[in-house]
Amino acid sequence: MLRWIRQQLGFDPPHQSETRTVYVANRFPQHGHYVPQRFADNRIISSKYTIWNFVPKNLFEQFRRIANFYFLIIFLVQLMIDTPTSPVTSGLPLFFVITVTAIKQGYEDWLRHKADNEVNGAPVFVVRSGSLVQTRSKNIRVGDIVRVAKDETFPVDLVLLSSDRADGTCHITTASLDGETNLKTHYSVAETSVCQSVSQLESLQAVVECQQPEADLYRFVGRITVTQHGEEIVRPLGPENLLLRGARLKNTKEIFGVAVYTGMESKMALNYKCKSQKRSAVEKSMNTFLIIYLGILLFEAILSTILKYAWQAEDKWDEPFYNQKTEQERNSSPILKFISDFLAFLVLYNFIIPISLYVTVEMQKFLGSFFIGWDLDLYHEESDQKAQVNTSDLNEELGQVEYVFTDKTGTLTENEMHFRECSINGTKYREVNGKLVPEGMTDDSPDGSMPHLIGEELLFLKAVSLCHTVQISYDQPDCMVGGGDPFSHANGFSSNHMEYYASSPDEKALVEAAKRIGVAFTCSSGDIMEIKTFGKSERYKLLHVLEFDADRRRMSVILQTPSGGTVLFTKGAESSILPFATGGEIEKTRLHVDEFALKGLRTLVVACRHFSPEEYIDVDRRLNAARTALQQREERLQEAFSYIERDLQLLGATGVEDKLQDKVQETIEALRLAGIKVWVLTGDKHETAVSVSLSCGHFHRTMNILELLQQRSDNECAEQLRILARRIKEDHVIQHGLVVDGASLSLALREHEKLFMEVCKNCSAVLCCRMAPLQKAKVVRLLKTSPEKPITLAIGDGANDVSMIQEAHVGIGIMGKEGRQAVRNSDYAIARFKFLAKLLLVHGHFYYIRIATLVQYFFYKNVCFITPQFLYQFFCLFSQQTLYDSVYLTLYNICFTSLPILVYSLFEQLVHPHVLQNKPGLYRDISKNSLLSFRTFLYWTLLGFCHAFVFFFGSYILMGEDTTLMGNGQMFGNWTFGTLVFTVMVITVTLKLALETHFWTWMNHFVTWGSIAFYFIFSLFYGGIIWPFLHTQDMYFVFVQLLSSGSAWFAIIIIVITCLFPDVVKKVFYRHLQPTSTQKSQSLSAPQTQALSCVESLCCYQHGQSGCSRLAHLLEQITGQCQASTNHCHTSSRNNRSWSDTENLYSNDRSILTLSPIEATHC
Amino acid sequence: MMASSYNAKDEDGHITVTGPGGGTLRSKKPENTAFKQQRLPAWQPILTAGTVLPAFFIIGLIFIPIGIGLYVTSNNIKEFEVDYTGVDMSSPCFNCSQNFSWNSTTPCTCTIPFFLEQPYESNVFMYYGLSNFYQNHRRYVKSRDDSQLNGDMTSLKEPSKECEPYAYHDNKPIAPCGAIANSMFNDTLELFYNDPNGTKVQIPLTNIGIAWWTDKHVKFKNPGAGEANQNLTAVFQGTTKPLNWRRPVYELDAAANNNGFINEDFIVWMRTAALPTFRKLYRIIKSPSNGMMPTMPRGNYTLEVVYNYPVRSFEGRKRMILSTISWMGGKNPFLGIAYITVGSVCFFLGVVLLIIHHKCGNRNNSADISN
Repeated sequence: MLRWIRQQLGFDPPHQSETRTVYVANRFPQHGHYVPQRFADNRIISSKYTIWNFVPKNLFEQFRRIANFYFLIIFLVQLMIDTPTSPVTSGLPLFFVITVTAIKQGYEDWLRHKADNEVNGAPVFVVRSGSLVQTRSKNIRVGDIVRVAKDETFPVDLVLLSSDRADGTCHITTASLDGETNLKTHYSVAETSVCQSVSQLESLQAVVECQQPEADLYRFVGRITVTQHGEEIVRPLGPENLLLRGARLKNTKEIFGVAVYTGMESKMALNYKCKSQKRSAVEKSMNTFLIIYLGILLFEAILSTILKYAWQAEDKWDEPFYNQKTEQERNSSPILKFISDFLAFLVLYNFIIPISLYVTVEMQKFLGSFFIGWDLDLYHEESDQKAQVNTSDLNEELGQVEYVFTDKTGTLTENEMHFRECSINGTKYREVNGKLVPEGMTDDSPDGSMPHLIGEELLFLKAVSLCHTVQISYDQPDCMVGGGDPFSHANGFSSNHMEYYASSPDEKALVEAAKRIGVAFTCSSGDIMEIKTFGKSERYKLLHVLEFDADRRRMSVILQTPSGGTVLFTKGAESSILPFATGGEIEKTRLHVDEFALKGLRTLVVACRHFSPEEYIDVDRRLNAARTALQQREERLQEAFSYIERDLQLLGATGVEDKLQDKVQETIEALRLAGIKVWVLTGDKHETAVSVSLSCGHFHRTMNILELLQQRSDNECAEQLRILARRIKEDHVIQHGLVVDGASLSLALREHEKLFMEVCKNCSAVLCCRMAPLQKAKVVRLLKTSPEKPITLAIGDGANDVSMIQEAHVGIGIMGKEGRQAVRNSDYAIARFKFLAKLLLVHGHFYYIRIATLVQYFFYKNVCFITPQFLYQFFCLFSQQTLYDSVYLTLYNICFTSLPILVYSLFEQLVHPHVLQNKPGLYRDISKNSLLSFRTFLYWTLLGFCHAFVFFFGSYILMGEDTTLMGNGQMFGNWTFGTLVFTVMVITVTLKLALETHFWTWMNHFVTWGSIAFYFIFSLFYGGIIWPFLHTQDMYFVFVQLLSSGSAWFAIIIIVITCLFPDVVKKVFYRHLQPTSTQKSQSLSAPQTQALSCVESLCCYQHGQSGCSRLAHLLEQITGQCQASTNHCHTSSRNNRSWSDTENLYSNDRSILTLSPIEATHC
Repeated sequence: MMASSYNAKDEDGHITVTGPGGGTLRSKKPENTAFKQQRLPAWQPILTAGTVLPAFFIIGLIFIPIGIGLYVTSNNIKEFEVDYTGVDMSSPCFNCSQNFSWNSTTPCTCTIPFFLEQPYESNVFMYYGLSNFYQNHRRYVKSRDDSQLNGDMTSLKEPSKECEPYAYHDNKPIAPCGAIANSMFNDTLELFYNDPNGTKVQIPLTNIGIAWWTDKHVKFKNPGAGEANQNLTAVFQGTTKPLNWRRPVYELDAAANNNGFINEDFIVWMRTAALPTFRKLYRIIKSPSNGMMPTMPRGNYTLEVVYNYPVRSFEGRKRMILSTISWMGGKNPFLGIAYITVGSVCFFLGVVLLIIHHKCGNRNNSADISN
């Protein structure tokens, strides 16, 4: 029923079948079975709201948050029953919060609307009724033929019909979709590629059948049926025929394509899904605390209600002669009265749950996350990339990481491949100066002599230079234009001008190496590939490409040689080719491959297979059948591939070096010192992985390396695990490293998770090799869900890391060469692995300390705020009389105490960043969420209660003596009492934060003293006027009268000091008796960084710094005394470089440090 | 959420696509400013024994003298208190308190003799004190209409509903309305000095200056206060007096500047007390102008009470307090004691810290941080 309504309303269009049928140019068959289908139009709607539904929808979304809902309930309660505070006190903050959020979301949505309109209104050319018509992008319908010119982006998902080239190919780049900048060739079906003009297209009769829209960018299954001269020709369609919306046409003048997926059904739109929300550990503990506070709130309310009735049982208390009830109050039922009393207490104490906590936390996270992007130390000069924050929700989680899962290729290594060695037919060769030198021979051939290559070598090199999917880009942009005859311009350009583009850096390295050695891949056009062996051109016809996939771990091409024979070249991982090899030096090659791997080279094995004409016909038929299949195409293709890729003749193997990234070793060492366990998860074979692990310091030479490899059965695996566990127990002195491969891992995970975890936890380094992407995620999940619930971080650069990046608590993408998929799915993206150290040790540490203190402080200050109200009830017969005025109740969290904590939480630096970075051990101080442990929470809460008791009873004793406090004998009333408590509270709470602050910038000074000053100024103003429209003038001149009393001043001073004094003593004692390492390093760093004195920090600025310099001048003028110190700052900043190059303490890692002159270090 | 899932970068795909060649020329390099690099010059205080020690000693050294000063000041203040509730049979006011009735027209008077052991110099302040009287009850506190008291004519005729059930009586608006006004303290206290020669001299009591100046002149106004030839009786025409009052509001005092809403006794009462035991200023006994004589010499006195105010129904007490005053107010030893205590503790802890500092200081400085 619901579904039917939704369909009628157009929410989900009916999907009758698995496939959709698209009639090209919407020429529907006149006869036969034609089912009209409804498709989405080509409008992209990324906006969430319209003008009409914004208010209700936005409100609904906001009130779905539990905190907002809570305050809404409180507000409604206040509206309904007679409560001590006016509904304004809770309505105003709620309104404020809701409005701010709504404005922000509305603005964002407006931007989205604007962007949508721009996109939807973009001009496009569509073939309609025989001519080219210009229309708007949103008007494109499924079945329209769209023309796209060079360098334009595709407005819809198109099936390529024809291009201006004879072979019907075009080049595109998908940089904006997946970040891959290489050119990709897309093809059209031969039957349609001839329709290069509008008139020809007009006569085209074709139907495209394809699957319903789905998000996978790299999957497309369909077929096109072209009716030519009365006969139907069916051709398969795959991803190489599909031009995705968002991609850009390159090197091709114009193309025609038929729209298949439009608007929100295009693959690009389907991919912009909201990522699942990750929540940080801090947020979780925050919610726990909230629940505890809710408990306290309910407890206080219930206790008050019960006490009220216990106390007021007698009439002389409940209704003395001077305080009669109204008739209505007398007559209401006791149960109703009881409930309304309970609710009134709830309202009275509701401020204990801080409404501004969420706003402040979000603001802190949002603003604070800018510092990551701004950090110069996280900026990579060569690639011009700075760190990128995709979600600010997890900042503090960076300070809590216990496990780092890292990819190897592109993360630890540069993903910059260099061909080093190869093995051909059982002989090892090295590349020296562009020549292949067999092992054991020196490069003694005189220069200029024609290098001679024997048959196997040549065949091997040809295989290498032909079996790939590399593209060529020429400097002359129209090199390819005469595509009809690719050989005509073979002389027109020199090979120096071309550049290879490949999605796989290995392939690029191999093709480049082959070119250096003498077999150059020079041109590919359509199905013709051309190579030059020492200047001699050879043309191969490309018959089939058996694409690479992660399961097969190999790719093949089937070529027609110039001599007319058919040959298959295949290359891939040794484990996926050697079993199928039947000829060649298999054993020797295997040995060589292992040797390469030991040196840390990435290995590929190359093989070939010659087809007889009959065999080829069989192969061709099978491939075509599989490719045209609409159902289970993948499976059938797999089947066909494995049928083809067998009986291989082994040609040899290649060894490609992947350089380690800068400072990987130091970074891993730092992480280890910080108590973080580093796991390397890689798809490489185990020898390569181990050698890279050793070279990057993940494994030490001294480590005892345990292996869990090639386990074939459950029992075997369990047995091995038990042996390992025993070995760990026996020699616990040595550090252990564990190597696991994918197959063994899946066995271990299936049955023996506990045993495996046991082993893993005792190993200081774990290396998992031969891992499939999903296995990576599985490992992460295993650790994540283990009983200790450690915080995990996954870092990787490629599409194969996406699953683990999404799975881990914190996902970090490396902006590498393998596209931007990892970056897009990550929470943070950095350019290099080495930046991880600063990101975790410095930023993570800061953010964690900041947010932890923020949360604790918020609860503390609200306990301070509300407990006096609670205590006051004992003195006013539990009549729910408020202690403070309503305005104070409302503004306490919004104005008087909000800014200092926000500024603190943005700028606090407990320890100098360089100390943090150079002493990774400090990271352990905050591990396991230590600042938000239950103990610290209890401490802060108790502190809050203690302070509240001191405020209240301090003021009580002062006023409870019921003597006058003024020099003229006049008396104070209840509002003065409340104001005294409130004043003491504002000052104490602000100063308490000042005690917590270790990093006093001018902003901290400004907001701390400013808050107190603002409170005084506001109170004077608020109490100085008879306010119109208010029916009570309770606060009139109360504050002034309070301040005119000398006793009150003395009381304020003594109460504030009494509150803060024990805290200071506690801090000092702890620091001296049980200093944490953080505290030790604080005292170390202090003299070296030469911190400013208090006054100077107020007026020392970097020269010419925006904004504050004006203020500085102002201050200079005011104080005069600061003049000297400011000048001093400026001069010293020129002479002094930063701390980093002055002392040897930080000799560890200099280049990470900023060497820019730091100002004011000497003042 | 502040950081929503919306990300402008996601939109890249269909807004502006920068191709591989069309990269922006501007470098993405972050600016090297102190703010962005989190290198703002800052004061970095560390709470160590070394830094806090001086503060402790200073606090100790300042607070102890202040405390002593405050304590001495408070001790010099003289205060005398008489409970005249009349709970005991022996009390002179016992009869009055027993026979109380709101309707009685004849006032009940009782006389309490007392003896001042010390002479009271300069101005002496006379308070009445009530106990167990919850002026801070919520229903009571809000039972007033400040705009009526501010002289607003409409509020005079239509009191706020906060005043219920003391807003209307016999369909006439009550002025001043509300429970606070209705329960105004209405005992009359008079003091007599029993001269050693046997004569009984009445002590002159001033009822001006007992309320806050701002209350009397700004917050409280009689209706139609601005008009010339103001006739309070006419202004309050059409209103009725609070139920418990003997006289209407315009007959509170003979003096025009102390009548109606700006009667100081009334204003004092309207400032609700914070706690159930409270004092309110009743009268001031000005020191004689010649200055030679003490305001109240040592000797016998009589307090004459016109007993109108019932407190026994809620177990209340009534007191009369005489007190001299210093700059810091009445007798209140709390501040002095608190300062002396905190100062001493500070000083003591300072010494303890000094010892710790000397013992552990060296070790701490050399201590290295183990990685």
